[in-house]
Amino acid sequence: MAEDVVERALAPAVPAGGARRDRLGRLRSRAAPYALVAPFFLLFGAFGLFPLVATAWTSLFRVELTAPEAREWVGAHNYARLLTDEFFWNALANTVLIGLLATVPQLLIALGAAHLLDARLRGRLFFRVAALAPYATSVAAATLVFALFYGRDQGMVNWAIGLIGLDPVDWQNGPWASKFAVASIVIWRWTGYNALIYLAAMQTIPPELYEAAALDGASRGRRFWHVTLPGLRPALAFTGIVSTIGAVQLFGEPLLFSSGAGASGGADHQYQTLGLYLYEQGWVNLHLGRAAAIAWAMLLLLVVVFGLVRLGRGKGVRR
Amino acid sequence: MGALPLSESCQNTVNTRDPSKTFDDAPRPLGRTGGPGPGPGAAPPDAPAPPPTVGAMGRRNGPRRRTGARPRARALPLAGALLLVAALLGGCATDPPVPATPGGGSEVDGSGRPVTLTVGVYGTFGLKEAGLYDTYMRLHPDVAIRQTSLARADVYYPQLLTHLTAGAGLADIQAVEVGNIAEVVDTQAGRLVDLAHAPGVEESAFLPWKWAQARTDDGRVLGLGTDIGPLAVCYRKDHFAAAGLPTDREEVGRLWAGDWRKYLETGRRFAGRAPEGVAFTDSASGVMAAVISGANPRYYDAEGRLVVATNPAVRAAWDLGAEFARYGLTARLQQFTPDWDQGFAQGRFASIACPAWMLGYIQDKGGPDGEGRWDIAAAPRPGNWGGSFLVVPAAGTHVAEAAELAAWLTAPEQQAVLFERRGSFPSAEAAFGLPQVRNARHPYFGDAPVGRIYSAAAMGVPVAPVGPKDGLVNTILSDTGMLQVDQTGRSPDSAWRAAMKAIDNALDR
Repeated sequence: MAEDVVERALAPAVPAGGARRDRLGRLRSRAAPYALVAPFFLLFGAFGLFPLVATAWTSLFRVELTAPEAREWVGAHNYARLLTDEFFWNALANTVLIGLLATVPQLLIALGAAHLLDARLRGRLFFRVAALAPYATSVAAATLVFALFYGRDQGMVNWAIGLIGLDPVDWQNGPWASKFAVASIVIWRWTGYNALIYLAAMQTIPPELYEAAALDGASRGRRFWHVTLPGLRPALAFTGIVSTIGAVQLFGEPLLFSSGAGASGGADHQYQTLGLYLYEQGWVNLHLGRAAAIAWAMLLLLVVVFGLVRLGRGKGVRR
Repeated sequence: MGALPLSESCQNTVNTRDPSKTFDDAPRPLGRTGGPGPGPGAAPPDAPAPPPTVGAMGRRNGPRRRTGARPRARALPLAGALLLVAALLGGCATDPPVPATPGGGSEVDGSGRPVTLTVGVYGTFGLKEAGLYDTYMRLHPDVAIRQTSLARADVYYPQLLTHLTAGAGLADIQAVEVGNIAEVVDTQAGRLVDLAHAPGVEESAFLPWKWAQARTDDGRVLGLGTDIGPLAVCYRKDHFAAAGLPTDREEVGRLWAGDWRKYLETGRRFAGRAPEGVAFTDSASGVMAAVISGANPRYYDAEGRLVVATNPAVRAAWDLGAEFARYGLTARLQQFTPDWDQGFAQGRFASIACPAWMLGYIQDKGGPDGEGRWDIAAAPRPGNWGGSFLVVPAAGTHVAEAAELAAWLTAPEQQAVLFERRGSFPSAEAAFGLPQVRNARHPYFGDAPVGRIYSAAAMGVPVAPVGPKDGLVNTILSDTGMLQVDQTGRSPDSAWRAAMKAIDNALDR
């Protein structure tokens, strides 16, 4: 299929000449596009495809980091045991909950922020760069600062809620408090990024549409609802997809949130995400086969989520 | 995984160029949406640049949009924005990279010396800091020593295993923590050099149990002990005095001599008259770890079977730790976290089970305010908590020279220097009698005779078998199990079951 396209595209570019030169030239121009895209596919093969396949292969064995060459075929056992692995289900539930706690407010705030940035505002450029600043900060640095904020005894957050007369919260050990704290780091880092994407999309909406709507007597709210939001649909889909992928793979924030917890995600694994559980099985417990199975389960999870979204959307269109 | 859709989507949103304009004589790209766009270097000068920055985005759309900016008002925010970006980039550049940074090599340049030996360690191991490499290089003009260091032991160990099994990326000498030594001896024996008969190694110099920990069943010795962690109890004299307890180290030692339960009783006496905001000890996990460190057997029996769930000594240590939590005798801190560090600085607890290597840590975190307030008494029962080994991978290029260096670094004289300068207590029994150890006193801890206290503790340590997953079991008991009892008030039985479940899962049982 791709060849046809290339041939058609190349047809006028082939110079007239002798048959030999013609053949050579055709060969060269047929090979050129492949040569040009080859670096990408070579790199993708080495760093994308190969690890993917190797991980799938590894997940079918019982294999330890202490002796990777001594592998024992177990078939689908590593996957089957996930079904009864309460630590896996706990991590899955945590991933979904933290994902929801982080993604929903993040996208809503981003939408509101983009709306504000789109309007007349003094120092707009400053705010736009400031919105992107958290995104440019390293996860490690940001998380360590947040961990200080959320300290139980000396944290600023507990100091602040103490001022309004509330009891201090154990942000590390509380099952909900810790999830909220981790989610807040994600929100802080990604809201500005999403806001800028929405802002860019908002600026591509033709002003005539707003004028027409205003002439028809639409209020600000109705203009936002009926003009802005439909215009943002591709941007909404993009940020939704990227945020979902990010939520499933969430790793750095929970890993560094408590310096004493490491990959365990808290004393009761209360904020251990799938990414952390994978890391714990592979690099703390040294079970490479089980870790590989978790990695593939995460990929399958994404496929299922996006498959369901697609199904749901298809139904919606038919209706 | 997931990288492909992301990068494609990014390309699609950013690449606004008309593909037909991109090249004149070269084939056209496959299509508008297929594959990655051409690299930035390939773009002809007249092609409109994609909007890479926020500023450009605003400028491009500005004139047409109601958001058009006035030029005058732009300068200030732009400057502010640039400043912010500069600050952030600067901040990123100087980030302390938390996981996995290969540390600096030695100051001495190896060039000109025929043999360069590398030593791979974790944390601030002390060999370099004590000047031992420099001494060795003076004695051996043909040898240069370089050190690579990973800050975190939990990152170091999996990497060491990966390097060992791959036979590549190894240093000539590698450090191994005691919690991992049994696993290394069990699974990596074929990849390590037998050091039992290396020149300069004398079995009789080492404590017998330390020597045995790195020995295989067939009698090969794969690791030479550097330091050990004999146990004492560090306590604050001012807090003890305020609570009406004795402050002299001999009298304090007699309060709980022979039984950790007496340490609990002392804690309850302390709690009755404790100064405001001062707990008796730092954490329930610390007490539990200290009690277990003197048990025999601990997590594995002599046949190498895991007995953590059935060993009454482990359960007794667990119950004692839980009692500290129940009576509110702990400051509810987790060891080796920033809160714990601040606990030292603010004097939030009056005592702590302290292995020899912890003295430097306490001094560091306690700061000048703590000087003279701390003292050291004998622990209720002797125990060992921590310590390390040096191993020589067989895949190295200078195996003989590396074995010689490892033997020299772990010889009693050098271990005594390491203790004198860094506080790591010798695993070589022969070093106990050397003046640097025998006469050692610690000024920060009221000139306590640390050499004598820790030597006595080391001699009483029971020779318990070590198992391959000792370190992991220890971490789970402390940080998954007892931490919940201490910090969230979970019942000891329920937390015990959770810890056992976590151990079974981690050990794949």
